[in-house]
Amino acid sequence: MAKRIDVKDLNIYYGDFLAVEDISMTIEPRSVTALIGPSGCGKSTFLRSLNRMHEVVPGGRVEGSVAVDGQDLYDRGVDPVDVRRQIGMVFQRPNPFPTMSIYDNVVAGVRLSGTRMKRSELDDVVERSLQGANLWNEVKDRLTKPGAGLSGGQQQRLCIARAIAVEPQVLLMDEPCSALDPISTLAIEDLIANLKQEYTIVIVTHNMQQAARVSDFTGFFNIAGTGKPGKLIEMDDTAKIFSTPSVKATEDYISGRFG
Amino acid sequence: MDLTSTGTTPTNDIRTPTRTSLRKRASLPRWAPAAVLAAVLGAVLVVQLLTTFNVVTLLVGTALLYIVGIYALSRTVEGRRKATDRLVTAVVTSAFGVALIPLVSVVVTVVGKGLERLDGEFFTYSMRGIVGAGGGAYHAIMGTLIVTGLAALMSVPLGMLTAIYLVEYGRGRLASAITFLVDVMTGIPSIVAGLFAYALFAVFFGPGVRMGVGGAVALAVLMTPVVVRSTEEMLKLVPNDLREAAFALGIPKWRTIVKVVLPTSLAGIATGVTLAIARVIGETAPLLVIAGTTTSMNLNPFEGRMATLPVFSYYSYVSPGVPRDPYLDRAWTAALTLILIVMVLNLGARLISTIFSPKTGR
Repeated sequence: MAKRIDVKDLNIYYGDFLAVEDISMTIEPRSVTALIGPSGCGKSTFLRSLNRMHEVVPGGRVEGSVAVDGQDLYDRGVDPVDVRRQIGMVFQRPNPFPTMSIYDNVVAGVRLSGTRMKRSELDDVVERSLQGANLWNEVKDRLTKPGAGLSGGQQQRLCIARAIAVEPQVLLMDEPCSALDPISTLAIEDLIANLKQEYTIVIVTHNMQQAARVSDFTGFFNIAGTGKPGKLIEMDDTAKIFSTPSVKATEDYISGRFG
Repeated sequence: MDLTSTGTTPTNDIRTPTRTSLRKRASLPRWAPAAVLAAVLGAVLVVQLLTTFNVVTLLVGTALLYIVGIYALSRTVEGRRKATDRLVTAVVTSAFGVALIPLVSVVVTVVGKGLERLDGEFFTYSMRGIVGAGGGAYHAIMGTLIVTGLAALMSVPLGMLTAIYLVEYGRGRLASAITFLVDVMTGIPSIVAGLFAYALFAVFFGPGVRMGVGGAVALAVLMTPVVVRSTEEMLKLVPNDLREAAFALGIPKWRTIVKVVLPTSLAGIATGVTLAIARVIGETAPLLVIAGTTTSMNLNPFEGRMATLPVFSYYSYVSPGVPRDPYLDRAWTAALTLILIVMVLNLGARLISTIFSPKTGR
């Protein structure tokens, strides 16, 4: 299931504005890669370029290559819809579909991407995904209730269930815990640790402890100043980044001496 | 909150006179505005009974004197800020009352005069062969439903698709040109729409053509920009998060629009469409030009003249037969029927809104 991502010489633009410059990194399969760095340094932009969500923004474009198991996502003839089916995403704010029930939210990706399934198969998908997202026990008796009626933490886990229901190869998470309380955050971090067995996970976070807790590899992004492009300063094993980083800026940022 | 402080509890300080900033201020009792209003009303009424009585001057005079009175009273007792508050409250309430006058007046007049002929015969008989009393507007009711229904059938899909293009796909010159043209279309006088439909049908069927479907085309011209505008506003209200969530699941854009964006905004779109229908269902001028009128039933919009409620009402009123009264009564009842149809449509839209609006399940 899980796949390896090779990013090579990636420049990301909004129109003429170069937002992120010259990123090269390798994201290992069945691991958690955390991206840290100050606000506005291009972490989220980079993350969105990994499943071509960057193009949804008017003027968004990239140069360079992002290859998943050797296949460049930005090759001519590669359909962005197929890319996003392989590489799922969880957003900062929980965003369940307000018109759909919990059940329909989970199977939305399966159903609306055109796959025909029997009711019993869909039931299996729902149970498996909700259990995978650690939400099954809380909602199994009210699957037909609207997804928007859940608490914030539950909604975010519903969104994770929705993302893993389509069985992607890679799961991108854009600050998935920033709107949640510590207990929900813990639930989601446990979930990430479980999901790692099957998926390649890339997570953007502002929470250094979280990066240290959940990730195997950490990339530190930084920006030279307003209007300048963001850059990948350093990427290494999480243990190494948080103990003996090779770049001074990384150490300053992690130890809170930044700026 | 400062957790380390061990000071006194602040709850009683509000009433302590030593703290000047939180001193309890003088204020008028709750019944003061009502009392002022009653006093002013009584005074104006007495003056009018001694001179000449007139409802309009009574209401206007009472409102103006009340505004002055409550301000003066409040200024002396409560101070400037409260007085301004009461002044603005009084002005806003009066403005609301003024705005309500035409509505109440129309409803009272139409219901009062229209009830006369609101009977079974009115809804089951046409005017074929009727001279004087009796008869009904069955043919005109059916005509209005057919013409307006066809107009909705044309303009709702057209308007919704245009709005979807503008919100979801439109970029650059073409989109802004369309937006501009929609704005221009909103301002088209209804008679121009009627003449347009007439000219269009005259090209195919020769001059002097009268057809129900022509009326529907004229109404569709008037209705489309309203549908575009309201749908556009509703689609813009759908958070971008939902579109991105759908894209990130690998759902194609068109399915995202059909299955996520449209259902989320359906309640608002239904209201917008109903308002657009209500806007055109009472149009008289274009139907006068292209649909004409007739005394007998015509259910075929592609053949011959077709009576509609507004036109029926208009003709009954401007060229009544002898005796006049049955014609005038029928005109008023037709107007009442029109209002009832619009009301039913609004209730229908409300129903659709409550059924389809996003729920939280709490």
